[in-house]
Amino acid sequence: MRKRVWSSVLLLVLSLSLILAGCGSNNGGTAPASGGAETASGGSNSGSSGDGSEIKVGILHSLSGTMAISEKSVHDAELMAIEEINAKGGVLGKKLVPVIEDGASDWPTFAEKARKLISEDKVATVFGGWTSASRKAMLPVFEEMNGLLWYPVQYEGLESSPNIFYTGATTNQQIVPAVTWLLENRGKKFYLLGSDYVFPRTANKIIKEQLKAEGGELAGEEYTPLGHTDYSTIISKIQQADPDVVFNTLNGDSNVAFFKQLKDAGITAQDMTTLSVSVAEEEIRGIGADVLEGHLAAWNYYQTTDTPENKTFVENYKAKYGADRVTADPIEAGYTAVYLWAAAVEKAGSTDVAAVKEAAKGLEWNAPEGKVTIDGENQHIYKPVRIGEVQADGQFKELWSTGEEVKPDPYLKGYDWAASLSSGG
Amino acid sequence: MEVLFLQLFNGISVSSILLLIALGLAITFGLMNVINMAHGELIMIGAYSTYVTQNIFMDLFPESMFGWYFVLAIPVSFLVAFVIGLILEFTLIRFLYGRPLDSLLATWGVALVLQQLARTIFGAPNVGVTSPSWLNGGLTVMDGVVFPYKRLFIIALVAITLFIMYLYIYRSNAGRRMRAVMQNRDMAACLGVSTRRVDALTFAIGSGIAGIAGCALTLLGPIGPSLGTYYIVDAFMVVVLGGVGKLVGTVFGALGIGVTNTVFEYWTTASLGKVLVFVCIVAFLQWRPKGLVAMRTRQLDS
Amino acid sequence: MQLRTLTPQRIYILIGYAVAATALFCAPLYLNDFRLNLLAKFLAFAIVALGLDLIWGYTGILSLGHGVFFGLGAYAMAMYLKLEASGGRLPDFMEWSGLSSLPLFWKPFESFGFAVAAGLLIPALLALFLGYFTFRNRIKGVYFTILTQALVIITTTLFIGQQAFTGGTNGLTGFSTLFGTSLAGTGMKHTLYYVTAALLIVAFVLCRVIVKSRFGKVLRAVRDGENRARFIGYNPAVYQMVVFSISGALAGLAGMLFVLHVGIISPSMMGIVPSIEMVLWVAIGGRGTLVGAALGAILMNSAKSVFSENYPDAWLFFLGLLFVIVVVFLPKGLVGLFSRITFRKRKESEEHDGAAAISHPAVRAGNG
Repeated sequence: MRKRVWSSVLLLVLSLSLILAGCGSNNGGTAPASGGAETASGGSNSGSSGDGSEIKVGILHSLSGTMAISEKSVHDAELMAIEEINAKGGVLGKKLVPVIEDGASDWPTFAEKARKLISEDKVATVFGGWTSASRKAMLPVFEEMNGLLWYPVQYEGLESSPNIFYTGATTNQQIVPAVTWLLENRGKKFYLLGSDYVFPRTANKIIKEQLKAEGGELAGEEYTPLGHTDYSTIISKIQQADPDVVFNTLNGDSNVAFFKQLKDAGITAQDMTTLSVSVAEEEIRGIGADVLEGHLAAWNYYQTTDTPENKTFVENYKAKYGADRVTADPIEAGYTAVYLWAAAVEKAGSTDVAAVKEAAKGLEWNAPEGKVTIDGENQHIYKPVRIGEVQADGQFKELWSTGEEVKPDPYLKGYDWAASLSSGG
Repeated sequence: MEVLFLQLFNGISVSSILLLIALGLAITFGLMNVINMAHGELIMIGAYSTYVTQNIFMDLFPESMFGWYFVLAIPVSFLVAFVIGLILEFTLIRFLYGRPLDSLLATWGVALVLQQLARTIFGAPNVGVTSPSWLNGGLTVMDGVVFPYKRLFIIALVAITLFIMYLYIYRSNAGRRMRAVMQNRDMAACLGVSTRRVDALTFAIGSGIAGIAGCALTLLGPIGPSLGTYYIVDAFMVVVLGGVGKLVGTVFGALGIGVTNTVFEYWTTASLGKVLVFVCIVAFLQWRPKGLVAMRTRQLDS
Repeated sequence: MQLRTLTPQRIYILIGYAVAATALFCAPLYLNDFRLNLLAKFLAFAIVALGLDLIWGYTGILSLGHGVFFGLGAYAMAMYLKLEASGGRLPDFMEWSGLSSLPLFWKPFESFGFAVAAGLLIPALLALFLGYFTFRNRIKGVYFTILTQALVIITTTLFIGQQAFTGGTNGLTGFSTLFGTSLAGTGMKHTLYYVTAALLIVAFVLCRVIVKSRFGKVLRAVRDGENRARFIGYNPAVYQMVVFSISGALAGLAGMLFVLHVGIISPSMMGIVPSIEMVLWVAIGGRGTLVGAALGAILMNSAKSVFSENYPDAWLFFLGLLFVIVVVFLPKGLVGLFSRITFRKRKESEEHDGAAAISHPAVRAGNG
């Protein structure tokens, strides 16, 4: 009997707290209800908080679920940028207040939280997303409510939403130059390996067209389900095809399994070139530098990139989050996004979306990767492209770089061979 | 010819990994009827234990000793997962005997908590485990056919684990008590077997074996908070296909899935191969609902 | 059904229904657009929960594959919306996946009627097909549960792999209008909300009729003693198939509504995780009672939203612990707790019939 009483008391407390929590949120939601509805449907979301000395900005990355592996560090970098800006006096004399939400590696959740950030928290802008799917899920929300999203990861291109700024590379700032470089330096016969989702499939479609146009040869193409962990069969398929280059678009965790097992099969970077577009410093830590030594990657930024801005960035990042942490391309892109937005707001003198977009056109900033410029037309940024080789210490050595910044071209309009890819846009 | 040889080896290797992740489940699910959705997280705990052991070796011992950390990591992983399994059994599982579907839901909650705990303690990104140098490289059987030592090592590890489990369950007094309790709890209790203690021990052993699997998987795959989610469904498929309650069934189940998977993956693509394997499992269970090796029983409502 | 005397308990229950109906009806008055949209989504989830409760709570079969049925319904509606949004052109994802013309099976989805029919019938038929084989072969309990998980893996992998036809991992999104009216407008959102609320009530009444009918009694007989039911002369497989199919159709309906509210469907929504979550809503609300299932879905999702908004780093701890505590200490869910507190007296008299029967099936189904 005593046990029963005890457990029902426990449950009562539990359900009460649940109901209270529910009411709490309802109250929070009710207060601006009438106004909120108008603002949301009215279209223009000014985002600036009228209440004095603060500007709210949203941070929306996966803090749980499978994508947390990658997104947590970008989230950290964005928070660091906000802190730095606040330490220098904020934006327009106001302090930035981050509102953090968890996308939970689930695309509808990203859409829900984006909607919440814009309509309830009235954030001036949102920094967030990693996978293409999460961006595609958020895109209609930002367009509908006229919000502003800064997306910090390299992606498959063929998109330019008026409500999104893309601070990662599009295809002509990563994949296309990498393929050209490989054809010139490492061989003609390509094997395309990727995870089964949108980025690898679209990227490989582009690569195949490019190979045709630039005299390459396709030795094979293979996609593995997300979370695939056994690559023995794939590796024997690759061995049989005997390519000069494996162009690797595998996603996070699968890279670990692939490279560990590739090494076990006795294939080293000397035997076969692999170039990855989703393996950065942070992934190297999880795979092991001894496994990856000599393999290649294409990015716009490495921790070893030699600019004065990068020195301070890396120092600050390590000082804040621990000496064992590393910076990487998406982390830098997230950090850059915050600064670019802040600069645009200063220039516009307001956080109004239309004003910020107008001010952002042609905006320049000295990012850790070098000087970046916002392209007013497609809202991507000019970036330098770099090919790096993994060293024994887990860092990249830059083998080649474009030197100057490459103009973003998400629809590959500047490439004749890509005409068939994008009738849209 | 070489390809055939290599693929045969790959098939056996994949089977051995499947068997390793399913063995613990064959005990907790097969013998005890607890649908432990946190099994994957116990594997993760084993993997993180290996990571911690490695770090301790790096800090405390000279570099020449580093290669030996892995030998120590196996029992450490077993023990850590064993203890956590014991705690789980004591605080949660014991309330759930006899209602397996509830155990599924409750352990799902446990899995969520353990994942988030790992994220909090070790950080969200994957961690790296450097495999010992004596496991690098492979055995060259013929030109172009290399059997990696790591995969050979895992096959051997599975064989040894299986042998020890066989000795324990079928040739020791403790194992006899375990089987007695699992087959007829009331009768065993009447004969003076402490069913509580047997339950706790059995669950902990199943968990410990998951820990060993986690340790072995650090050689081949990623080590991160969501590691367990990649293996949990496969593990259940192996146990169900093999037939619940029989160790030998689990062995056949793993071999069946591993070899079929390799063949399909080679012939078609990795995605399609996976689909075909699962279609085969569904079709096979229609034909033999109790799996490859069924427990004979005369009960109607077993 | 016969008229029963109005005991205090029945009055409480009637008041409860009245309050719930009023709250649903007036929700647009006290919730802002965002919260109303969330509530509408939760109401759609409540419909899945009702369907799951029919098969799990009343028939004793645990399906971890309802994400698939939910997803199929959602995709049917999404295909219609996508075609409307593309306005006669090829949907964007097909273009960049290299298709030059609309695949044949997409064509009929230009009609709203066909899309709705497909959203209900395809899940129902798939459930019937799967049920025909599994139940006839007397696969039950844990084995059935694991089989449904295999179904989930097969479907999601297929949907991800066929990017040109399904949109791959991105799924289908970027819808604009329904019947020419923007989905984003406040008026449209209110209408969709009322449609969902009305359909939830219809589904609730439908399930109640099923449960109270002779058919429903046989379902419970199958749950509590499948072989006994068989020996009396019923064929349990037929009943299981039919109820599984109804349950699938309800999930499909919920999926269609979900797409209208959320504006996206992707294979991850049909996966293992959502499928298990759906079952947890029912477990937490209280299996074996329709009110419990529906309330469970609404409360659990509210809790998830609230926890994750307020504690983005630690919400999984709360959620996980909540699952554990409820499942272990509260096998009858929140409704069980509620009735335990409110109707202490009643409970004692009912210990022998109703309440005992509810906790019973789990034991049986599990041992199967």
